[in-house]
Amino acid sequence: MNILSKWLREYLPALDVDDRQLAEDLTLRGIAVEGVHALPDGGHLFEMDITTNRVDAMNHYGIAREAATIYGVPLLQLEDRRVVHAELGNVDVPAADAAASGYPVRIDAPEFCGRFTAQVVRGVTVTASEGLIAERFAQLGQKPISNAVDVTNANWLAMGHPTHVFDLDTLEGSIVVRRAHAGEKIKLLDGSEKTLTTDDLVVADEKKALGLAGVMGGWDSRVTETTKNILVEAAWFDQAAIRASSRRHGLHTDASHRFERGADLGACALANRLVTHGVIAACGGEAVGAMTDVVIPEAELRTTKRPHVLLSVDQVQRLLGTTIAAGESGHLVPPDLIEQYLQALGCHLRPSSEPGSYAVTLPSWRLDLEREIDLIEEVARVYGYNRFADTLPSFSGGVAALPNAAKEDTVRSVLRSLGWTEAISSTFCSEEDAAFFAAPGETAVPMGNPLSAEAGMLRPSLLPGAAGMLLLNSTRDVRAVRLFEYGTVFTGSTASVVERPSLTLAAYGDAAATKTIAASDALFFELKGAVEEVISHFVTAPVTFRGDALPQWIEAGRGARVVAGDTTLGWLGELTIAERERRKLKETVVLCELQLPALFAHALKQPLALEPSRFQAVERDFSFLFADTVTWANVDAALRGLGIAEMISLAPVEIFRDAKGKAVPQGEYSLLLRTVFQSQEHTLREEEITAWQESVVGALLNLGGKHRAA
Amino acid sequence: MTDTIASLSAYDDASLDQAFRGLTDEVRGAAAQLSTAETQENFRLDWLGRKQGRLKLLSESWLKTAPPEAKKSLGMRFNALKNEIEAALAVEPAGTKSTGPSIDLSLPGIRRNIGLEHPLTRTMREMTAVFAALGYSVGVGPEVESDFYNFEALNFPPNHPARDTQDTLVVADQDTKPLRERLLMRTHTSPVQIRSMIESAPPLRIVIPGKVHRNDESDATHSPIFHQVEGLCVDTNITFSDLKGTLDYAMKAFFGSSVKTRFFPSFFPFTEPSADVQISCPFCGQKGCRKCKYSGWIELLGCGMVDPAVFAAVDARRIENGLEPAYDTKKISGFAFGMGVERIAMMKYGVGDIGQFYSGDLRFLSQFV
Ligand SMILES: [Zn+2]
Repeated sequence: MNILSKWLREYLPALDVDDRQLAEDLTLRGIAVEGVHALPDGGHLFEMDITTNRVDAMNHYGIAREAATIYGVPLLQLEDRRVVHAELGNVDVPAADAAASGYPVRIDAPEFCGRFTAQVVRGVTVTASEGLIAERFAQLGQKPISNAVDVTNANWLAMGHPTHVFDLDTLEGSIVVRRAHAGEKIKLLDGSEKTLTTDDLVVADEKKALGLAGVMGGWDSRVTETTKNILVEAAWFDQAAIRASSRRHGLHTDASHRFERGADLGACALANRLVTHGVIAACGGEAVGAMTDVVIPEAELRTTKRPHVLLSVDQVQRLLGTTIAAGESGHLVPPDLIEQYLQALGCHLRPSSEPGSYAVTLPSWRLDLEREIDLIEEVARVYGYNRFADTLPSFSGGVAALPNAAKEDTVRSVLRSLGWTEAISSTFCSEEDAAFFAAPGETAVPMGNPLSAEAGMLRPSLLPGAAGMLLLNSTRDVRAVRLFEYGTVFTGSTASVVERPSLTLAAYGDAAATKTIAASDALFFELKGAVEEVISHFVTAPVTFRGDALPQWIEAGRGARVVAGDTTLGWLGELTIAERERRKLKETVVLCELQLPALFAHALKQPLALEPSRFQAVERDFSFLFADTVTWANVDAALRGLGIAEMISLAPVEIFRDAKGKAVPQGEYSLLLRTVFQSQEHTLREEEITAWQESVVGALLNLGGKHRAA
Repeated sequence: MTDTIASLSAYDDASLDQAFRGLTDEVRGAAAQLSTAETQENFRLDWLGRKQGRLKLLSESWLKTAPPEAKKSLGMRFNALKNEIEAALAVEPAGTKSTGPSIDLSLPGIRRNIGLEHPLTRTMREMTAVFAALGYSVGVGPEVESDFYNFEALNFPPNHPARDTQDTLVVADQDTKPLRERLLMRTHTSPVQIRSMIESAPPLRIVIPGKVHRNDESDATHSPIFHQVEGLCVDTNITFSDLKGTLDYAMKAFFGSSVKTRFFPSFFPFTEPSADVQISCPFCGQKGCRKCKYSGWIELLGCGMVDPAVFAAVDARRIENGLEPAYDTKKISGFAFGMGVERIAMMKYGVGDIGQFYSGDLRFLSQFV
């Protein structure tokens, strides 16, 4: 919305700040001037950005009232007509026929129309506007239509109340404000035809609908160049009714904008008089008969006759706190300023029976003011937010950490230190991905208004996002990727959505073979190592990696279920070749998803220092051939089963297979195994070590191993 | 070098001084010659060698045979001599012997890649830490919320446009439920404020980082997925000036002590009075730059005093849940504030396209060291 500073100043003869200062002061009080543009006439165009709750300030007079309040200067009454009308000729109120009866008006839908005023003007000449109105419309970018219609628009720009002019000679009988008949048709001013419902409100005559009330006038009753006689309408319509009507018909007009946010019921008569004056000044003619004014008492109770609000000075000061102004008692907003501001805004204050309180009557143009807090806000706003001090509340109570904060930190920092970078992906995924990646037995929840077809579901797993991010990196030629995401996943149904935190790891590229792990398996084992490291920070039952009950996204034989005790913590493995091909992923990729509630059910390990042994550790290596069917878990279990407390370490050092079957027969592998023995109590004796060595060899032979030279 | 040690004949100070003066001279003479690591090592072995070192031999032939009353003065002189030797050894010889050909110092070191924190996580962590220092606990809540927590209790009227599916992402099949039970993607982290107040009586100080969603078109600065950090402080007699002071402090802590704040009236359903907060541009010191659109100021926060209607909704639910009402607006007041994490991270790190945060593009993410 645009405002002309010169127009504004016509209401504020005593204002003595320049336009730029005015713009800044208004902005600091919530009447935001977004742009100030110099005009050739020496004034400025203010580009306003006013919050929707302040619909009363979306016009020149409303902003003038704000300025008058801020500066404490007098605000002229609109009736003083020092505005557009004055420049067009000094026209007096049509008093001659005031006693005669006005145009008949009937309100048949009092729940939708709270007030309707009508005034007949006869003998007008409708042409194009000229002079000041045309000039100001040009400055404001307001489209001129005809001198009669432009007066209504000028009045709307001046005071914000929408009005309408009818060609009186198209009317058949009384004005009737009623609900539309179901299926009733009307052609509107923009030329569109609308089919109405009984929830639409129309201004009609005895025979037909004339216009869609509060939204747009009708085509057939519009004022044209041949119009000789006019009926001026200024009315008040219910907010909800106009909002619904405007939405229903896709019509957002200046009138509907105001009515649906709350117009001023108290301003109808004034608006009608001002428009009547304007029409006579611009188009000639004369007012005939009195102005009809029909008011619905129930509507008055909601607007002009609202109950007063109790305002306590103590509550104002208690809530707003300390000011920076010196000389104000106790550095709180003083009562005389509270009175001054609220009165300037149009409130009436009188002392209430409660000490230190006012009974405040609210202005009819400020339907946004309803409660004590609304008045407190007005005081703070006009006083100026930046004139309050910066204080800090005293501290009471302790700082509570979230129950899982330390666990979450541990997971993130462990992964980062292992080279995994954190990513964040979309909360949504396609139906296809949801079905493919959801954990066994879980269902995904559909969205009602998805962002796109590919985002139709709440993600039941972080894996769709992870797979997508790997593909993005792959297509951008990133050689190796290690990503993790810590986020929320959603399962259940549209009746009840279950949320839980989840962790995914996703990787491809750059995994090197070691002496125990072949290059083709290295990526998986790097992932497994990361998962083991994360879990190792928690006090869990022994963790195993099992090949059974795997989800469908894992390539057969290339992944595992992570189990602690009896609880599944998650899954990891290579994405199936079929899915990789479907996604056009060039690389072998590995993915993991951990169910964090299952992991977080366990406590974090607390460090506990043990005295390192003072006695020497002894290493013994063993070299065996095993059939491929013997796993490391078998070896590990067999040796741990020996129950040698002094065997403090047991690890594969080298694993070798020979595809040609020369050094190692096919179907077998050689294992170099390293054990370390150490006692907390004494230096190990040669005979002890020899005995353990023999037990180890015996156990490995029992597994079917063939002993090679150590 | 002497292998045999002359025995001492007398233990008076003069005799001892004389005997030790000769040794000290010898040490100093040898020390002056120590130019290489090798000569230094030989000197060390000669004097301090464990088995054949002269100090050891001296100690055996002199100290052990000395009468008890002379041992103290002998010991003192031994220590002085030993200090002299050690001081000579402490000096680095000029050309230290090297163990191989010199290395190419310019080759890159062996580095393990470390993973990096996401810039949004980092921004949320840093912002949260500022408020933790002011006594705020961290609060979290669900991302799928009911209308009650996301709108109703926050004083959004039933016909408020924010509820429209053009603005809010909703879960499918909600139309048959009562309005307040309908499920949607939370549009702000404010529902956590409601949940916290229903759960706990004041005093309450929480800071709420989290992911939120709106039905927005994506462009360089807008994303339907984004993050917020919100805060809530409720106690007896919390004032608007407390809100100002808290946010002024927080912005200085986060952006630097020279940052200034200014407050403008604004409108939010759940706060009154409400304010938008601008900070003086920390990137150009208010000289004007692209980040502040050459205005010297950046709008960063929305905030306000908790609306009494919010407290009323909280107390109503507390009563339904069998709890005592605890938010009497005659005694209790509070403030709330919120900021967009992406916007702050974009400014701070110079990110041009918001979509990069959610791309998983390692080339982007690996910059946030
Ligand atoms: Zn700047």
